[in-house]
Amino acid sequence: MSQAETKTLQVGTLTRVEGLSALHLTLQGGSVARAQLRIYEPPRFFEAFLRGRAHTEPPDITSRICGICPVAYQLSACRAIEQACGVTVDGQVAALRRLLYCGEWIESHALHITMLHAPDFLGCESAIELARTRRGDIERGLRLKQAGNAVIELLGGRAIHPVNVRLGGFHRTPSAGGLRPLAAQLRQALDDAATTVRWVAGFEFPDAEIDAPLLALAEPDRYAIESGSPTVMPAPSEAGLPAHSGRSLPTRTFPLDEFSDHVVEEQVPHSTALHSRLDGQHHLTGPLARYAISGKLLSPLAAQAARDSGLGDPSAGQVCRNPYRSIIVRAVEVLYAVDEALRLIAAYEPPARPHVDVAPRVGTGHGATEAPRGLLYHRYTIDAAGTVTDATLIPPTAQNQAAIEADLRDAVNGRLRHGDATDEELTALCERVIRNYDPCISCATHFLDLTVHRGV
Amino acid sequence: MPDNEMTGARPKLAVWKFASCDGCQLTLLDCEDELLEIAGRVEISHFDEASSATTAGPYDLSLVEGSITTAQDVARIHRIRATSRRLVTIGACATAGGIQALRNYADVAEFRSVVYARPDYIDTLATSTPISAHVPVDLELRGCPIDRGQLVEVITAYLAGRAPDVPGHSVCFECKRRGTVCVTVAHGTPCLGPITHAGCGALCPAYNRGCYGCFGPSTSTNFPSFIPLLRRDGMDTLDIVRVLRTFNTAAPEFDAVSRQEEQQA
Repeated sequence: MSQAETKTLQVGTLTRVEGLSALHLTLQGGSVARAQLRIYEPPRFFEAFLRGRAHTEPPDITSRICGICPVAYQLSACRAIEQACGVTVDGQVAALRRLLYCGEWIESHALHITMLHAPDFLGCESAIELARTRRGDIERGLRLKQAGNAVIELLGGRAIHPVNVRLGGFHRTPSAGGLRPLAAQLRQALDDAATTVRWVAGFEFPDAEIDAPLLALAEPDRYAIESGSPTVMPAPSEAGLPAHSGRSLPTRTFPLDEFSDHVVEEQVPHSTALHSRLDGQHHLTGPLARYAISGKLLSPLAAQAARDSGLGDPSAGQVCRNPYRSIIVRAVEVLYAVDEALRLIAAYEPPARPHVDVAPRVGTGHGATEAPRGLLYHRYTIDAAGTVTDATLIPPTAQNQAAIEADLRDAVNGRLRHGDATDEELTALCERVIRNYDPCISCATHFLDLTVHRGV
Repeated sequence: MPDNEMTGARPKLAVWKFASCDGCQLTLLDCEDELLEIAGRVEISHFDEASSATTAGPYDLSLVEGSITTAQDVARIHRIRATSRRLVTIGACATAGGIQALRNYADVAEFRSVVYARPDYIDTLATSTPISAHVPVDLELRGCPIDRGQLVEVITAYLAGRAPDVPGHSVCFECKRRGTVCVTVAHGTPCLGPITHAGCGALCPAYNRGCYGCFGPSTSTNFPSFIPLLRRDGMDTLDIVRVLRTFNTAAPEFDAVSRQEEQQA
């Protein structure tokens, strides 16, 4: 390609991602002038129609934003409204929430690892094609996914849009022996999860690093899932280190009430998409951020599997910033979630009441949990009658969009430095880069500004 | 679909998405025990969420998720119908407009300005409508989300060349079959089970909760006569409007009663 030539590459529909999106890449003089992840998922206006609803309704309503991570929506909504009403859920009811969330991590991660992401590393179009040559690997992934779904089905009633979650806890909690059948299935899942870590650790990983701050919830004594404080690990360049530095950096924390002071939506002149920025920089949330910030709190079993997989040992001050290796982190998180679920089941005693009452009062509440794809923030304002007057939802994919676009620019520029590439090759490269982030477009859409793509 | 047996080719299955949460098409991937078997018996010709490989139509069976909310999607569903022998809608969005049909009762321009900084960029219709408002539909599978067992039944029935067995009676039948104590009779809990389409297996009452109607109206109920029972069990007009205006809000029976109730408010 000559220096002056401009070329536009358009990928019509990105496959093996959740939701409808496209990519526009503009190349000029042998490098990327512009990379835009275009979201054409139709808007559904959740923040608008949540106004006027009862304060009890957002858990069920917002779960419909995403069929893959409904528990994340239900529990971020519960936490925000409970905070507004001055209610804290603790003890065994809180433990059951964490158990339910473990089920969602297992189910969502197993889906992404096996069905969506692994085909990229093995040169296939889909897991179904992969099953012809590696049936055992795919069946193992499906068994894991089924184990995650079994947790959600038992506690929630069904795997997609569970019915048993409510403000203050659950409609019904299991009896003392009621969780026992899950334990048997999860013990088998523990072996499957450990094998999956070894399987994905054997893939080939291109060199790539994300030089951006990492954002995840953190708790003092455990790997944060359903609660925690927003915590930031700075980008290597902020500390004067090269992007490929695997060094852990000192973190800073801010109160959840100040989330929208730190994570701000910005409109950039060349794009119709709103990018959210963390203190002025594009940032990354999700498995890599969680592993960097909370990895030292993994269970011994998961920590050992992570070390053996070559991810780097967070207890020894090492982090992983390679987005391709996020598949290993997801597999480690599945192993942790299975291990943690078994621990919670072993310690379970039925609570005296399945839920605490959450009477409405005037106020604004903030809630955040770690969805499989990253930090999911909800904010609601309610009036004295319990009517929602304002709602704001900031999903992980919306936060990651700027980081994805930066990574696309780096990846394509890196490839073009080695000579010209065909459109097909660049398309395949870009799709791989995007899938590393497990983007959830249905989630992002009600938040992102979008350009409508005129075609099927 | 059985015609294909003459040629030996596997029937072609396509999965399409419109405005939705992806949960109903995910239900197909949640058929962990059946998925590889199904994939062996049909050619999955178009399924963006699961595969990068796409083959051209015509398709023997198209599963359609999501509602119609943009002008482009109106054109797209017509193209899909033209290339599909059988078209089955999966879930409340495709069958009744989904929760996004709440815009049908509001000013969509105001909705746009609440959610988006630059509302002028957003191209959307004023309404969210079911697939059947635009093209003929062979079967509507209910639910938010659909039931996994019903989805497998639809696919296997069409593979076998028979009509799917998807009963249209109310949730009460499933509740009795399950042996669940009636939450309304025993606890006075308001429950939409008597007027809601079966398919979920009567989940909510089994979890000590009243049914909230996520499968939409059943095929044979006198809905208006049910409303006084909700009032008896403690719901006021606002509660009734809210419970009907969720995931199946644009279903004609729910829509008519909620508009009538709203006038009384």
